[in-house]
This record gives sequence, C-alpha cells and structure tokens, in this order.
Amino acid sequence: MDDSTKDTGTGVSRREWLKTAGLAGAAAVVPGALQQSVPAGGVVREPLETLTQPEADALEAVAARLIPSDEHGPGAREARAAHYIDRALGGALASSREAYRDGLAAVDRYARSTKGERFADLSPADQDAVLTDMERNVATGFVPSASAFFALLRTHTIHGTFCDPYYGGNRNFVGWDLIGYPGLRLAVAEADQRLDAKPAPSHTSAYDDAMFAPKPPRAGLWLRLIRHAD
Amino acid sequence: MPTSQPSPADVVIIGLGAAGGVAALPLARAGLTVVGLEAGRRHSPADFAPDELRNNVRGWPHAVQKANREIPTHRPNASSPTLPRLAVHPMMNAVGGTSLHYWAQSWRLNPWDFKVVSETTRRYGASRVPRGSTIEDWPLDYAELEPYYDAVEYEIGVSGKAGNVNGTIDPRGNVFEGPRRREYPMPPLRRTGFTEMMADAARSLGWRPFPGPAAINSQPNQDRSACMYHGYCDRGGCHVSAKNSTAVTTIPRAEATGRLTVVTEATVTRIEVDARGRASGVRYLKDGRELFQPARVVLLASYVYENVRLLLLSTSPAFPRGLSNNRGQVGRHYFAHNLGGGATALFPRDLNTWYGLPAQGTAVDDWADDNFDHSGLDFIGGGNLFLYSDRRPIAAANMNTFGKAPQWGSRWKAFVSENADRWKNAYLQKTTLPYEDNYLDLDPVVKDPLGFPVCRITFDFKENERRVAAFVQEKAVQWLQAAGAIAIERGSVNPTGPTTHAYGGTRMGFDAETNVVDRWGFSHEVPNLGILGASVMGTSGSRNPTLTVQALAWRTADHLVKSWSQRADA
Repeated sequence: MDDSTKDTGTGVSRREWLKTAGLAGAAAVVPGALQQSVPAGGVVREPLETLTQPEADALEAVAARLIPSDEHGPGAREARAAHYIDRALGGALASSREAYRDGLAAVDRYARSTKGERFADLSPADQDAVLTDMERNVATGFVPSASAFFALLRTHTIHGTFCDPYYGGNRNFVGWDLIGYPGLRLAVAEADQRLDAKPAPSHTSAYDDAMFAPKPPRAGLWLRLIRHAD
Repeated sequence: MPTSQPSPADVVIIGLGAAGGVAALPLARAGLTVVGLEAGRRHSPADFAPDELRNNVRGWPHAVQKANREIPTHRPNASSPTLPRLAVHPMMNAVGGTSLHYWAQSWRLNPWDFKVVSETTRRYGASRVPRGSTIEDWPLDYAELEPYYDAVEYEIGVSGKAGNVNGTIDPRGNVFEGPRRREYPMPPLRRTGFTEMMADAARSLGWRPFPGPAAINSQPNQDRSACMYHGYCDRGGCHVSAKNSTAVTTIPRAEATGRLTVVTEATVTRIEVDARGRASGVRYLKDGRELFQPARVVLLASYVYENVRLLLLSTSPAFPRGLSNNRGQVGRHYFAHNLGGGATALFPRDLNTWYGLPAQGTAVDDWADDNFDHSGLDFIGGGNLFLYSDRRPIAAANMNTFGKAPQWGSRWKAFVSENADRWKNAYLQKTTLPYEDNYLDLDPVVKDPLGFPVCRITFDFKENERRVAAFVQEKAVQWLQAAGAIAIERGSVNPTGPTTHAYGGTRMGFDAETNVVDRWGFSHEVPNLGILGASVMGTSGSRNPTLTVQALAWRTADHLVKSWSQRADA
C-alpha cells in the first residue's frame, strides 16, 4: 500500500477539496459569513456551519486557552478545533448542540458577571480564571453543571486537535506534530518499529487514500458532502 | 403470523460472528444445508479506514446496529439501582461479527481452566474453592478440545510460537501451555523495540516472556496479505484482510460449497418449538417483513447477552420461563472477565509504539492460572500479563498525567508534548469465577424499539477476583519498574457492565440441574438446539476467549454432523 496516494480521482486532494467545499457551501447558506474571518494570530476562521457568531467567539477563545499557542508551538486555535466542533455539531455531535447553546451562553454570562466582559474579550489570565472555576464546578449558571460542560469542551477540543484532518480539525497536522505522532502509514516497515526510530511525519489523512476516499463529488452536492464529513 | 416461509434448512444459525461463522464451515462441508441469519451487513476493506475518531471515539462500525438498540442494563447486585447505561454496545453486528475488528489475540485456555474444582481440591484442599461460587469442572478437558483448537488455528490462520509440542518444551513459546500437536501455522507477529524491551525486563526478573498468539497473518497466508502494522487494529477492521475474521476465512469457504445461505440484516425475534418441545425454526424480521425459517436443528450463536435474552424471550407452553429454562439455569453462572486493576507506567524515553497492534506484544504467564504455588496465598487462579505496541493520537493526548501536570493549558500541553509516547498500560487478564448472585435476566423496565425487554446484568467481582487482581497488579508493577518506569498509576477493580469478555448464562456441563447445555453444546432440554459462544463457558481462564469459543463451535458442529440422525428433528 502506498501512503503517498493523495489523488481522489478528481485531480484534487481530498483535503484541499473539502476546504473549498466548506467555503463554497457555507457561503451559500450563510450570507456574509466570509466577512467574519478573524485573522488574529494569523489564523483564518472558516465560515460557520452550526454555531452562531457569539457562540463561536466564545468557543474559539476557550479552545485557545485549553490548548494554547505558545513557545511549544501552535495549539487548538491553529488546529481549528473550534471549526471541528462547529461542523460536528451539525452532524455526529448534533445531540450536543443544545449543551453548547446553553453552555457557551453560560460561559459569557459568568465571564460578564465576574470579570465584566464576554469571555472572548477577557485577558488570558481572566479567561483561565473562568475556566478554572468551571473545572472546579464553582462557576454558576450552568445546567447541569459547569464541570460537565468544561469536560465536554475539553474532550471535544482534544478530538478537534488530534483527529484526522478530514473532520475539519488538526489543520496542517499541528496536533499530530505537537505530540510527535509520525502520522498514518498504511504499511509500516520493521525499522519504523525500532525503539530509536524517528519516522518522518507522513502528513496524510486516511481519506487521502483512494481506497477510503468517499465517492468523487458531483455538482450540486456540496452541502451533502460537508455533512458526510461528520 | 409470518408473511413468508423460506424453504426449510437442515440447520439455521442465529448470528454469523466468531462462533456461528466457524460452525457453518464443517456443517456445509458435510453436505448439510445451512441458513445463517445475521443482524448486520457485509463489510469490505474500504470500510476500514484508519480513523481513530470514527472507530474508537464514535463507535463505528457499531453505529446503527441491532446490538446498539439492545444494550444491556447493569446493576452490581440485586438491591442496588441500575447504573447509567452504556451508550454503545461493546460488540457489533456484521457478517463476521466482532471478529472483524477484535484484537485477535487467539489463546488456548490452560489445561487447569477446564478442571479448576478438582485440581484445586487435589492440590490445596476443597476449602480453597471460593465460597458462593457455582464453579464446576468443565465436562471436557483440554486434551479433548485440542484437536478443535488445532483445526481452528489452521483453518483461520493463527500466528504464534509453540511452547509445548507433544510435551517437548520450547522456551521461545509459552512453557506453561498445554501440549499441542504441532507448531502454529505462522510464526509470531514481528517483534518491536518496545516488545523486546519488555521481554528483556521480564527475563531480568527470572520470568519467561513469549510473543502472544494472534489470528493475524504474520506472513502472506491463504492468498491474503501479511499484517501492515498501521496502528488502527483496535476497533478497526483490516484494510488488507490480514486479520483472520470469519468474514474472510470460514464464511466465504462455507458459501463456496453452495450450501450456506447468508441472510443479512435479519433480526431474530424468537426460536419456535413444536408441540413436542423441539426447536422447529426461527422467526425473524427483514425489510419490515416477518419471516419464519424452518430448520431441523437451530444453532444459537449471537453474543452472550443476546443468547440469554433470546432464550428468555422464546416462551411457549412447553417452556413457560423461556426456552431451555425449565430448570431456571438460563442466565445463571454469568461473569464478566476480570480485566480491571491495571497498571499505567510513565517511562523516561520515547517508546515508539505509534505503530503496531494490540496483539503484537510480549506476554508473561508465570503468574497465570495455577502456574505458581498458591499454598501460602488466599486466592486461586492468576493472570496473564501483556504489554503491546499500539497507540493512536487522541488516546495518546488523553494520557494520565501522573500528578505531574494540570489537565489543560500550557503546562498540560508541554507535558503531553513530551510524554505522549512515553506511557503504557499493562493488559492484565485474570481468572474469574461464576457466583450464585451474579446473573443475567430480562430488564423489567428498559425495552428495545420492538418492545422486547433488554438483558439485565446483575454482577460484581468477589473477594477471589479482587485478591487475584491485587496480586497480578503488583507483578505488573514489578515488570514495568524492571523496564525502567519512573511513575506508575494503579487502576482499581470496578463493577463491570456490558463487556467484550462476557461468559456464562447457558453454561455447559454434565448436570442438567445446573447447566443449560450438555457436553456437546446442545440443550439438555431441547436436543436439537445447540448454543455457541462464551455463554457456554464455565471459567474464563486468564486470556481472551475467542479461540476457545471457536474451538467449541467447531466441536459442536462436528458432533452434529456425526450424530445427525439422533439430533436432527424429523
């Protein structure tokens, strides 16, 4: 098996194609979404697929504190963990949509009442204080509990940072590079399993391989394909 | 009433997984017509993308399966409330069943596991058999099952290193295993830097490590590829069909005889009996229609929970408490394998276990079964210790931080960045016994979407299991420390709900008062009803159940062929 296969049969890599599809599809149903991109820190935010803008602002800020961009390299913001969650909430994680609606509103309410600003506008230190209160379950206004929503955010931020990039997170493999995962190899050589081996990062998605690639897209099915990605 | 009657079969098998998928082959080869009713679908290698999020986090390919609509409930004892129900059933429905994506560790039980009562009594006295346990000797011994172990190992393909061929001990294999008639059909899976490191550590303690056996091709085999070691074997099917599930071995061979008909997406709702109380066939739903499959013999081969449930749901005037349950034994002698109480270690160096598979490991049997003297100990049995090469990124990032870092933020990130490839869990499988007050029945409240009660598990570990766990855990800690671990976290033994290692409920034994099936796997009460799977097993041993389940399935099928005129309904 050759893990360098990236062609889906359309001459476009799966990843590149999804990026394009995401932009085109979402722009069609969310007018003006493209103007929402926030290039702070050099990270471009994708058009929203499920969350509202205020929800997404809070979620982006939370993810950026859970796995921060720092001297150890890029974090959840660059991995686009929030984008992963936004997309999944319209698909596989749809049952969590309500929890995010209520929970993110509660995060902003609690941030305003204790720190005077919505969460996204607080300093990193104040943001960490709010998250610590949530983790310890002393933050008020959450149903069923602040710690439960904190755990949900942490779990999904980790998923979005370390999953296959096919799902919209782990952009540019920053999650896998962060922990030293050398990436997918459909065939692994004996030498790559030695104790001191350091296989070079493969930087491929499972769905880059023709064997696993969903059927080539047809015109007019952009949105269906986006949902399928969940 | 059923709207359609398929033509009668000699044998109908309920469930084409690890057990039913094996039994179909000797039956079809003997010339019997076999219908396999399978709740799931067929899968192909293209379905098995190496995708941790889908396979391990979101539970694919379990999703939208029959089993997922029938997840058992669980309570630790009869007076405790039911615990929160699992979101995903541990097993899947498919042609090939869970053997499509299981770990494929393919162990024979130790000879001791078949004769725990008599061997314990002989060596330590009868008082050492734990009180409250309903354990019996199996109605057969290791030597009687050996030909069937051998048949399955060669038919599906198992890799490993023999430690005992006809009594000749080979220290490169498991020196504690029972005698086998010949070497494995394939050499063990590849050794890795990490598995060699653990083998060296075990030897430094005076233990006898060996490579674990696996139903996975270590070399090209039967026109299929060798393992590619890509790291997504746990809950992922094989993209090159190197995992020897029944879907790529026995089932297609049985179909090639022209005598096995596979019906997919068939939900079985009842086993029917005639006026004489003999099984007459199986009622099932497919494509919104109810059908009846008449057969001269019925083989029940779904998973432990569903085997028990279907019998209890198949009530009739002859069997008012459920099929084959006039003595109240269906659901009794249930137990979940004692897999808790693990040990997680942090090492001061990268282990490079990003690739490999759970079956690619180093095993230690020095502390398993009755391989060591229990005279001064307060328990019977033991555990197999196993360390393997396997890691995926989400699980790696979700690592235990050993009290050295918070759970998020920059310090967490720095810790995980350094240590994601420096930790390992020891996999510890331990002797588990049946007890009077651990059992399966029907849940009085929770029902599936068809309106049938789901299975209810009443189960907790007892003193013997907790003592075995503590003893074996310390051995694992010793091993990890000998390998250079700098921090170790000990896991606890908790009540276990639905599990991939479930046993009992339709136990096999001589005594019809305490067992559901006879020594051949056929019901004491319904002579043309056979039951396959770990539900017939009365002890667990210290190792994965599947190969024993498959050997027993082959033996039951072989018995049926040889005794067809007595077993089959006229």
